[in-house]
Amino acid sequence: MRYIEPHGHMVSRVTDDYQDMAMAGCACICEPAFWAGFDRRSPEGFYDYFCQLTEHEPKRAAKFGVPHYCWLCINPKESEDVRLARDVVALIPQFIDRPNVLGIGEIGLNKNSRNELQVLEMHVDLAARLDQLILVHTPHLEDKLKGTRLILDVLKNDSRIKPERCIIDHVEEHTIELVLNSGFWAGMTLYPESKCTPARAIDMLDNFGTERIWMNSACDWGVSVPLAVPRTGLEMRRRGWLAETIDKVVFQNPARFMGQCPKFKIP
Amino acid sequence: MTRTQVLDLYFMEARSKLIDLAAFLDRVDRAEGEADFRLRAFRDAVSHLSDGQPARAKNILLSLSDPSTEPIATAPGKGAVGAWPGTEAK
Repeated sequence: MRYIEPHGHMVSRVTDDYQDMAMAGCACICEPAFWAGFDRRSPEGFYDYFCQLTEHEPKRAAKFGVPHYCWLCINPKESEDVRLARDVVALIPQFIDRPNVLGIGEIGLNKNSRNELQVLEMHVDLAARLDQLILVHTPHLEDKLKGTRLILDVLKNDSRIKPERCIIDHVEEHTIELVLNSGFWAGMTLYPESKCTPARAIDMLDNFGTERIWMNSACDWGVSVPLAVPRTGLEMRRRGWLAETIDKVVFQNPARFMGQCPKFKIP
Repeated sequence: MTRTQVLDLYFMEARSKLIDLAAFLDRVDRAEGEADFRLRAFRDAVSHLSDGQPARAKNILLSLSDPSTEPIATAPGKGAVGAWPGTEAK
């Protein structure tokens, strides 16, 4: 089964994961900038991280025949420090034209604070000025509903932002309608404990259709499954979905969204 | 899919999760000390399982969510616990 992993934090994964994903049919991997699990103390730490995402990780992926793309930002978990965030956002333009950079992400909110909101607005402004695609992280658990509403307000209040060029990730049953009804793309993250299981993701496809939606593993340094997308494709097959429709969800849809960036080559 | 097909595919998994939920509540009952807001939130959420309404998953997620609309002054940390403490805990 060919598929695209549109959201994987591969810097946190081992080479065996690359091998398993390639063998499972992964046609390319897209890696949003993320929180390392600890706060970086300086803009220089982010400079090195952006070099890792744009120089080193593509080479590591290429060893397994997998094209690697990325998104750049300071993650919402590190957005409480507005001064640091401002310095990091200022670094992004010098990386944005690198060949594997697809846009700005994963930006968004974590605890829905005023500082996080200010940093989100900085990123949205940068994306608008540089005409970049946007990948948005929505908060965890009890904070997701409120955060999704606040994020949608920021995006809808900026007239430069085109909803079809933004994906709102980590939707669940209580947020997916808000996102799709506003014209944005929706991402479903397949996690064993939080976010949604393969069965629930397919339920959402049953209920809301297959337009403007993708699935991802968001595999990182926490509890996550790098093969979650093909496993969900298998689950769709068990539930009687046609191969063409499975291909649309796991391959064609992410290719269509990211294909809006001219640097993205359909694998 | 027919209902029977859904049951064939998911009944055993759902049965296992249901018993796990029951065992979790038994375990909490056997433990000592006061429970915090999460147990009340959990019991409220469980009530949606048998209320006969559609969209149970959505309603459970809504019942565990922060319903407020204004951003908070500062982030108290980075983590989330899975249930909204409500105004009384703030």
